[in-house]
Amino acid sequence: MMLEVRQLCAFYGENQALHGLDFALDEGNIVTLLGANGAGKTTTLRALCGMIRLSGEIRFDGKSLLGRATEDIVRLGIAHVPEGRGTFVRMTVEENLQLGAMVRHGRTAIAADIEQVYAHFPRLKERRAQTAGTLSGGEQQMLAVGRALMLRPRLMLLDEPSFGLAPLIVEELFEILRRLNRELGVAMLIVEQNAALALDLADHAYLLETGHIVMAGPAQEIGQDEAVRRSYLGY
Amino acid sequence: MELLLQQVLAGLATGAIYASMALAVVMIYQAIDHLNFAQGEMAMFSTFLAWQMLQWGWPYWAAFVGAVAVSFLGGVAIERILFKPIQNAPILSQLAAFIALYGILNSSAGWIWDFNIKTFPTPFGSAPLFGERLIGTHQAGMIGVTLLMLGLLYLFFRGSRLGLAMRAAATNPESARLVGIRVGWMIALGWGMSAAVGAVAGMLIAPVVFLEPNMMLGVLLYGFAGAVLGGLSSPGGAVAGGFAVGVIENLAGTFIPYVGRELKLTIALVLIVAVLMVKPSGVFGRTVVSRV
Ligand SMILES: Nc1ncnc2c1ncn2[C@@H]1O[C@H](COP(=O)(O)OP(=O)(O)O)[C@@H](O)[C@H]1O
Ligand SMILES: [Mg+2]
Repeated sequence: MMLEVRQLCAFYGENQALHGLDFALDEGNIVTLLGANGAGKTTTLRALCGMIRLSGEIRFDGKSLLGRATEDIVRLGIAHVPEGRGTFVRMTVEENLQLGAMVRHGRTAIAADIEQVYAHFPRLKERRAQTAGTLSGGEQQMLAVGRALMLRPRLMLLDEPSFGLAPLIVEELFEILRRLNRELGVAMLIVEQNAALALDLADHAYLLETGHIVMAGPAQEIGQDEAVRRSYLGY
Repeated sequence: MELLLQQVLAGLATGAIYASMALAVVMIYQAIDHLNFAQGEMAMFSTFLAWQMLQWGWPYWAAFVGAVAVSFLGGVAIERILFKPIQNAPILSQLAAFIALYGILNSSAGWIWDFNIKTFPTPFGSAPLFGERLIGTHQAGMIGVTLLMLGLLYLFFRGSRLGLAMRAAATNPESARLVGIRVGWMIALGWGMSAAVGAVAGMLIAPVVFLEPNMMLGVLLYGFAGAVLGGLSSPGGAVAGGFAVGVIENLAGTFIPYVGRELKLTIALVLIVAVLMVKPSGVFGRTVVSRV
C-alpha cells in the first residue's frame, strides 16, 4: 500500500472532527471520499498534510507522516489541491507553475514540465502572463491542478475540484484527471460532493458521515448501493 | 526655478533613505502583518557596527559590506530567537516584543558606544556636484546607492526562484507550505534582508544626521509615513511613497513661509492623513479580489 491510514482522529481545538478513520490507497489508484457538507472530507485531506492536530497513524510508502511539517510531507511527493484552490492570486500563471516545482531541481526539466502542463491545459498557456486572480473559476482550478503536477507528485489530494464549475468544464477537468492517472500513474485521493462523477472516476470509494467511515468498497459497488443512490446520487 | 530643482533633488536624497526604511518595514509587514517599530533602531545599530569597523581601520567599503552582512545575520537571528517563538502569541505580546527590541538596541548602543554624537564619514565627499551647487556629491551618492540597491532587490524578487518563494510565503503562507516552501525560513530571510536594507539607509543618512542612538527616530517616522502613503501592501508603492515624503518635506520646509521649517513633519503627516482618508489602502495599495 502506498498510503495507509489507521485510526485517524483530528481536532479543531476541543472539537473532534474525525473519529478513527481507516482507509488505504494503492499505487496508481484513484480513491474518492464522499460525504455531505461537514462530514470531514476537507479535514481528512488537511490531516494527511499535517495541517491540523491529529492522532492515529498515517503511513506513506511505509514512512510515518505523523509529526512532519506540511512542507516536508509535500517533499515526499504528495501534492494537495486545496478547497478554494489556493492559487497565488497576485502572481502570474507561469509563476504559479514555477512555485509548484519549488522543491525540484533542474531548470530544463522544470521548463519542460511547464510546457507539459500547457499541453494538458492550453488555456493556461494563453494566459501565462496574467495574474491568477484574473482567471475564471475553471481556469483557476486547472491552474491548481497544473501547479500540483509540477511537483511530479506520486499522490494528488484533490478537494472538491468540481466546486463552482460549469458542467462542461467539470467534464473536461475529470477527463484530464483520468488521463493523468493513466499516463503518469499519479495516484489520487479525490474529495467530492458530486458523487456520480467521482464514483465514475475512482477505483475505490469511502463514504464519510460526521467523521466516521460508514461504507467502503469498490467504486462500482458503492455506486449501486441503494442508500448511496438515494442520498448522494439522487435516483 | 533653480531653488525648486535644488530642493526637489535634496528631497529625493533624503527620500531615498525614507524609501529604504519604508521598504524594510513593508518587507516585514507583508510577512508577519506587524509594523516593526524597531526598524530604525536596527538600522542605527548597524551604523554603529560600521563605525566600529571603521575605528578598527577598515576601509569604508569593507566596513559597509561588513555591516550589511552582519546586519543580515542579525535580522535572521532576531526573527529566529525573538519572533518565531511568539508568532502565535496574542497581539499585545508581539507588540511588547517590538518595544523590547527597540529598547534593547537603543540602550545597548548607548552603553557600548555612549550617547555622544559622532561624525560618520561619506565615501562620496561633500563637494557640490556639477559646480553650481545643485546637489552635493553625498546626496547624489545617497540616491545612487539606494537606486542600485532597489534595482538589485527588484531583480532578486522578480527574477530568482528564492525571491519568488519569499513572495509566495509572504502573500499566501498556507499555499506556500503546500508547494514545499519552508515558510518560517523565508520569513527569517525577509528579516535579514530588511535589516540589511536598513543598514544601508543608516550608513547613508549618518553623515547628514550624525551618529547617535536616537538618530533614526525621525527617519523611521518619515519611512512609516512613506510606507503608509504608498501602501503597506505594495513594496514598490512604499518606495515611491518614501521618495514622495522626502520631496514634500523639503518643499514644505522651503516654500511655506515661517511655519515651513518648523512644521515640515506636521505638514507631511497631514498630507498623508488626507491621502488615507481618500484611499485607505495607500496610493498604490491593492485590495485583492479573488474570483470563485
Ligand atoms: N477551522 C475549523 N474550525 C473548527 N471547526 C471546523 C473547522 N473546519 C471544519 N470544522 C468542522 O469540522 C467538521 C468537518 O468539516 P470539513 O472537513 O470541512 O467538512 P467537509 O469538507 O466534508 O465539508 C465540521 O463539523 C466543521 O464544522
Ligand atoms: Mg470541504
